[in-house]
Amino acid sequence: MPKFILDDKEIEFTQGQTIIEAAKQHGIDIPYFCWHPSLSVSGNCRMCLVEVEKMPKLVIACSTIAAEGMVVHSQSQKTIEARNAVMEFFLINHPLDCPICDEAGECKLQDYAYQHSVGESRFVEEKVHKDKRVPLGPLVMFDAERCISCSRCIRFCDEIAKDPELTFIKRGDRVTIVTYPGEELDNPYSLNTTDICPVGALTNRDFRFQARVWDMSDTKSICIGCSRGCNSEIWVRNNEVLRLTPRYNEDVNSYWMCDHGRVNTYKFINAEDRVKGPFIRKEGNLIQVSWEEAYSQTASKLKSFNKDEIAFIASPFATCEDNYVFKKFAQSIIGSKHLDFMRHVDPNFGDDILRKNDTTPNTLGCELLGISPNKSGLNLEGIFNGIKQKKIKAAYIIEDDLITVNPELENIFTELDLLIVHSTNFNRTTSIADVVFPSATYAEKNGTFVNFQGRVQRIRPAVASIDVDRAVDGLSLSRLDKFGTKYDSWAEKNKRDAKSSWKILTSLSAFFNNKFKFNLTEDVFDEISKNIKAFNKLDYDVIGEKGILLENINKEQSIKV
Amino acid sequence: MGVKKREKDFTVWERIYIPEIVKGLSLTLKSMFKPKFTMKYPEEKFIPSASYRGRPVLVMENNGEERCVACGLCSRVCPPLAIEVQASETEREKERYPEKFEINMLRCIFCGFCEEVCPEEAIVMSKDYDLAFTNRADAIYGKDKLLVPVNQLYDRIEFLRQYK
Ligand code: SF4
Ligand code: SF4
Ligand code: SF4
Ligand code: SF4
Repeated sequence: MPKFILDDKEIEFTQGQTIIEAAKQHGIDIPYFCWHPSLSVSGNCRMCLVEVEKMPKLVIACSTIAAEGMVVHSQSQKTIEARNAVMEFFLINHPLDCPICDEAGECKLQDYAYQHSVGESRFVEEKVHKDKRVPLGPLVMFDAERCISCSRCIRFCDEIAKDPELTFIKRGDRVTIVTYPGEELDNPYSLNTTDICPVGALTNRDFRFQARVWDMSDTKSICIGCSRGCNSEIWVRNNEVLRLTPRYNEDVNSYWMCDHGRVNTYKFINAEDRVKGPFIRKEGNLIQVSWEEAYSQTASKLKSFNKDEIAFIASPFATCEDNYVFKKFAQSIIGSKHLDFMRHVDPNFGDDILRKNDTTPNTLGCELLGISPNKSGLNLEGIFNGIKQKKIKAAYIIEDDLITVNPELENIFTELDLLIVHSTNFNRTTSIADVVFPSATYAEKNGTFVNFQGRVQRIRPAVASIDVDRAVDGLSLSRLDKFGTKYDSWAEKNKRDAKSSWKILTSLSAFFNNKFKFNLTEDVFDEISKNIKAFNKLDYDVIGEKGILLENINKEQSIKV
Repeated sequence: MGVKKREKDFTVWERIYIPEIVKGLSLTLKSMFKPKFTMKYPEEKFIPSASYRGRPVLVMENNGEERCVACGLCSRVCPPLAIEVQASETEREKERYPEKFEINMLRCIFCGFCEEVCPEEAIVMSKDYDLAFTNRADAIYGKDKLLVPVNQLYDRIEFLRQYK
């Protein structure tokens, strides 16, 4: 491998790599604004200037290709002076907006103003004033004064979203960003521009002014918007989810996620219509009851049916663990053969960037776990017909609002003598259910999803509930969480009485023979990895933060064996 | 030998006590005619100088709006986590304002850090030390109790400009 010298260290690089790329690979940070590992090189911010021996002037590290034997200084007197000068220029017209700017706390300009600037301005004239609140699109707000003209947002629209919508107009200190005439920044990926904007010029209108970044905790999770399963981060304050941001994973979503995933997949968690505990229908109304009563009543109701009269409908929205225990409950506790799940496909949702037509996170997981009827059992269609013909008298559905998806099912399900539902929120399916258990959302539990590529990925609890304690169960803590007492509104707020479906089923199994012995999600996954071939040899540590392709595991295995 | 001796033995004069009592009483008597320093609180109240750090309050402009832009810096710097701010957007020129601003007066330690960090001169220490509650909920002061018209706070603001 060819080598060059950076700050007296020998660094290996691959042919064609730029200095900044090679440096980053070796953990050396050269400061930059406009460069982005996934975008084309623009070279306009001049922040990454470095000194290269035998070159007459400083060069920009983002567009200078590394060459054998090059001697580069990123910390020399000359470079540092140049950086300070660049920062001074940036700050000339930058408004003192940090107190009202959402970017504060995760702003490159702020960070570099500490690291690479003398901290004093010699500019005493009036700053240039521009428009402060320009809605560029339904989700993105633009503050022209804060823009440092790095062009990242423009390049993102052109190159990643493949929908050119933004451009620069004017020149010099009056340069600004606009959408093309008649256009809006409304591509399905528009909010990524707010992530990559190095300053607070582009902000997320969905999150605008909701919280300061240093007041939130962040938890690594997976988007449930479609079967891509973009790696995401859940940001929580006062036990309330306030925003989702993409988490880098080159094999799944790179640095991006779509706007649907970002704004439409968390509001139900904070919603008022969450199921607040177990409910049982008594004299026509759903009445909240204790967990004990809910379990014993449900068990005795189930026992009053013949095993072939009960149908089980699993869910591609639920984790592998939930589906596995559900299947086990159906087959080994009840002994029913009728087990299936509904697929959710929206032919208009997918594209060739990230979005997939399958709008659930775990369809492949359900398939791999064998969520399908036994030989003589009924599939989904068969179950619906069976209900019509009164062969099926009871149904157990987890985490899927089937009636909202297909309103015709309402008439069918009302024929049932018993409908048990696990649901996070009250919806059309719970409105005709006889028993409703409150299931935890993906932000309140541990578990795994398998995305369309066959990659197992983990979700973790970000929101505390009565079942999951923030400190005891090791959730990530914000500054406030660490010091809250039970008298502080932020410490006890929004704790809901909801449990993972597998936990509910495990407790319910105690009312039958051969009750389950799962205590932790890990126990369930352990059994999955033993019993289901595709998951052999896997555990949560192996899955890690970036997930793992099931195929690879099996390949490694076949090599080992 | 190991016999302990007193440092000083009382003289006969001292031992009869009467002169000492007379001395004490005369001091009391003298003080009765000197100017008083105590006050009959709560009928009479102490009005502190501008340097006094009473409970923190929010400055309300003459048009009834708060100066605060809900930046949350006071909440960040507050050592006992007494301040909770929820920002929101307004149509006004200053686009951000505190939809909710609460100080938990049971937590506040009157350090004045919030006043010091505020970029808007929007939170200042007042002269109010009259704080009594009978339950925890009453100790949480919302915007209704925190907002004080700017003309009642001029001397503190003047003090800050001079010495901060
Ligand atoms: S809006 Fe942000 S990303 Fe776009 S050019 Fe300006 S600073 Fe760069
Ligand atoms: S592409 Fe799919 S998984 Fe990724 S953010 Fe959008 S909805 Fe979520
Ligand atoms: S005076 Fe100190 S303790 Fe009281 S609210 Fe301000 S920063 Fe917090
Ligand atoms: S520091 Fe000042 S402007 Fe910021 S939230 Fe506190 S009072 Fe408001």
